[in-house]
Amino acid sequence: MDAQTIIAKRIAQELRSGMLVNLGIGIPTMVANFVPETVKVFFQSENGLIGTGPIPEQGMGHRLLTDAGGQPVTALPGASTFDSATSFGLIRGGHVDITVLGALQIDAHGLLANWMIPGKMVPGMGGAMDLVTGAKRVIIAMQHTAKGKPKIVNKCTLPLTAERPVDLVVSELAVIGFPDGRATLLETAPGVTVEQVTAATEAKLAVADRISEMRL
Amino acid sequence: MKTVSVAEAVSLIPNGATLMIGGFMGVGTPERLIDELVRQGKRNLTVIANDTAAPGRGIGKLVDAGLVGRTVASHIGLNPETQKQMIAGKMAVDLIPQGTLIERIRAGGHGLGGVLTPTGVGTIVEEGKQKVQVNGKTYLVETALHAQFALIGAFLADYLGNLSYALTARNFNPVIAMAADTTIVTAEHIVPVGLIAPDHVVTPAPLVDYLVTNG
Repeated sequence: MDAQTIIAKRIAQELRSGMLVNLGIGIPTMVANFVPETVKVFFQSENGLIGTGPIPEQGMGHRLLTDAGGQPVTALPGASTFDSATSFGLIRGGHVDITVLGALQIDAHGLLANWMIPGKMVPGMGGAMDLVTGAKRVIIAMQHTAKGKPKIVNKCTLPLTAERPVDLVVSELAVIGFPDGRATLLETAPGVTVEQVTAATEAKLAVADRISEMRL
Repeated sequence: MKTVSVAEAVSLIPNGATLMIGGFMGVGTPERLIDELVRQGKRNLTVIANDTAAPGRGIGKLVDAGLVGRTVASHIGLNPETQKQMIAGKMAVDLIPQGTLIERIRAGGHGLGGVLTPTGVGTIVEEGKQKVQVNGKTYLVETALHAQFALIGAFLADYLGNLSYALTARNFNPVIAMAADTTIVTAEHIVPVGLIAPDHVVTPAPLVDYLVTNG
């Protein structure tokens, strides 16, 4: 199983029927592929859609029905559309149960940097700051390291996304939570040791009393 | 409400105008108004919109033609040309969290001085902004935005100017329709009065100043 699949599959287990869920681009989008058929969640696209469905089959797309990246999507039965003020009212107002986003850096207390690299990458924050500020639960989907360098660091050197810490980080190596505001190792991926995770993490990781293996 | 040709509509817009433009990655953007802005070569525009779409698409066409002096948007990451012009100093870009941008526009259209939002507190977005405490929670004061023109891409317009929108093409359109001195609309279909049921009208006719004729 490749890294992205491990991450997406594990995060999909956090979703429950009836939840309103917003997925970011990249690995977060893949989470939708691993939601069991018995779990019925509402996916939101922040451009103004609840009930976002899969990519349409060839020739079945509509040019006025897209996801937040402008790519064609479908709408499931029971879908609804609305303007951007309502869409961000849903997000900032605490109506989104879970958002899944990518990360550039996470610090020892769960603070997130995921929207710019000064001088290199300045795409704009889009909806990221509102999502991290307002969603009930923020889950980060990310590879544990970037070019061999840890992404879970003592202190973010990149600009923060919000003052609110994330709730859970899922990488191909581990699941990390922030009980009591401290990065804490909760689960390891199959075949991965605690030492491997801590070696790939700059921030000091607390280790939960009972570490379980990710069930994939 | 007046009906006008697309050329007449765009001739109302001077160089240096501030435009709010509907659309999200080009979806819901009034493409005919964009094409005409390019044809008439309106320069030094300030564009307030969610994004600048992509080269060759929607607002991206204005950027390609070098007509935009300032962009106020939440995301430009899918338009490398916008980023190039920003880095070269040809275009000023103000990046604003999407929820804050749409609320500032909504405030502008609803007679509010601004909004209080928790988004951006503790980040570089708070720099230079007033912070207030309400019931123990910190908010940024984000001021209202106005424009001279709002350019709207609707799905249906009736002969009076009542508007409805389709699917994800609604986005910024009904919000900007209230926040500009002059609102100009293109619609995919122009239909008799009464075909849009009162409950389905999203933008009421009195908000529309000019409806661009089809055909």
